[in-house]
Amino acid sequence: MLAFLLRRLLATAPVVGVVAVFVFLLLHLSPGDPATVIAGDYASPEDIERIRARLGLDRPLYIQFGAWVGRLAQGDLGTSIFSNLPVATLIGQRLEPTLSLAALTLVLAVSVAVPLGALAAWRAGSWIDRAVMGFAVVGFSVPVFVLGYALIWLFAIRTGWFPVQGYAPISEGLGPFLHRLALPAVALSAVYIALIARIARASVLEALAEDHVRTARAKGLPERLVLLRHALANAAVPIVTVIGIGFSLLIGGVVVTESVFNIPGLGRLTVDAVLRRDYPVIQGVILAFSAACVVVNLLVDLLYTVFDPRIRY
Amino acid sequence: MISAFRKVEWNPAAGRAESRAWSALRRHSGVRFGAAVIAGLAAAALFAPFLGTGDPAALDPAARMRGPGGEHWFGTDMYGRDLYTRAVYGARISLAVGLCVTALSVLAGLLVGLAAGYLRAVDAVAMRVMDGVMAIPGILLAIAMIALAGASLTTVVVAIAIPEIPRVARLVRGVVLSIREEPYVEAAVTVGTPLPKLLFRHVLPNTIAPLIVQGTYVCASAIIVEALLSFLGAGIPPERPSWGNIMAEGRALFQVAPWIVFFPGLLLALAVLAINVLGDGLRDTLDPRLARRTGT
Repeated sequence: MLAFLLRRLLATAPVVGVVAVFVFLLLHLSPGDPATVIAGDYASPEDIERIRARLGLDRPLYIQFGAWVGRLAQGDLGTSIFSNLPVATLIGQRLEPTLSLAALTLVLAVSVAVPLGALAAWRAGSWIDRAVMGFAVVGFSVPVFVLGYALIWLFAIRTGWFPVQGYAPISEGLGPFLHRLALPAVALSAVYIALIARIARASVLEALAEDHVRTARAKGLPERLVLLRHALANAAVPIVTVIGIGFSLLIGGVVVTESVFNIPGLGRLTVDAVLRRDYPVIQGVILAFSAACVVVNLLVDLLYTVFDPRIRY
Repeated sequence: MISAFRKVEWNPAAGRAESRAWSALRRHSGVRFGAAVIAGLAAAALFAPFLGTGDPAALDPAARMRGPGGEHWFGTDMYGRDLYTRAVYGARISLAVGLCVTALSVLAGLLVGLAAGYLRAVDAVAMRVMDGVMAIPGILLAIAMIALAGASLTTVVVAIAIPEIPRVARLVRGVVLSIREEPYVEAAVTVGTPLPKLLFRHVLPNTIAPLIVQGTYVCASAIIVEALLSFLGAGIPPERPSWGNIMAEGRALFQVAPWIVFFPGLLLALAVLAINVLGDGLRDTLDPRLARRTGT
């Protein structure tokens, strides 16, 4: 197990390296002088020089990269050009809303999608199956911000059941926290529900055709237990896999959802930074999100052993 | 040996198989629905000036924020611009971005995938780079690239295409790796077929069906991402009416004039749905192996 973990971490190293190079080069890939790009359209030549000196853009590229990686290794993500605060601090401030939204979305998606997919597979070919699969295609096609506005209109403006926008930190109590996070989480979970339901249906369908399921039915095991213990247990690995694959989709969704629902999280930080060309913040947020992606996929690999005892590392 | 190869080349059964796939496609209800909706949207985009539309930029201060109905089918925005006109013109941007991104990422992914599948040295490096790009959330990468390179149709297309390349490359590489083990490819190698001919005659045809299917999904995702970027203010420049731009302009007024956001949103969802349904249909008929792997 430990050997596997080491090997897996080693295999992640090149991925992290590529991400770092890519994120570093982003600024230099753009046409024109980076300092001018960051300074924006209304900057004076002095402003541009100031930014150039501050970011060390006057030094050779490899020295800049070396210095940048060195600071990263010490946990220094740089300083925001706009607010003059360390990027790591800014990210820390915005972490709670984003993590809450992502976690609630995941819980919601899994608890809706897995039963739906299993139900569709159990009654394959029936109207239930068709309805679930039809819903999956629609859920995958309606962009999160369109769905978000539809939900706001229906459940906030027309009925007033939920607040239109905003966020309440968990320290203000679970009630207001969930009340404000409900609509964004529902909007964001649609794509995930569609994705997971499809995979759950496919894997349960496959498992139901296996010999051990036939044996379980033959010995008189109640259908409920056949589904739970034999079919769903076998579907866990593909479901966990798709959650890992879908994680970068979720991050993209979080950025948009936070903008629609005015949630002060990492997504808003990103969009604001992009609109202000606050380059160190853009760099830091992309790095943080990419690192999260890598870690989640690492966790997914580890979860395989939990759900499928046949897999041994 | 050689005669056997020739026989395969003009085997009439091959033609029959092709027409069988074609008729299966035409019978598939998803393919029909998807193709019809996309054809309709494409026609609207092409013939936008002749569909009862006006000038998409024409201001009419006297008719600001009118609800849908009457003279303005989709209503008007805060400057009195006709939203039906703007939505029809918006279809141009969405479809153009969808097509260009698909062409660009499929072509680039195909080249990388072929090279990686055939050349060991390329494989190790190229696929690590692809893994790295895949680890960066695509929307963030696109936003950052556009913010730094400046918003224009070209940068939007390139920025959306780059995160899509790894998926295509992986797919092509997988096909190549499985094809190289096939007896007929080994036979072709044995009789000394040069590499370019081998790739074009034997490997490339096998990638077409999965690429068409993957291409539809890339197209659907590209249209969503473009709308999203424009909606966030980091996409197509605001002078051009795109569905995302129209929605971005309607954001602040959503509580008073929800139709500004709704109509482009509906069209967007419809376009993406049609392309996804078409993609599922193509997958079922052209690529049954993939269909079994992903379910439905």
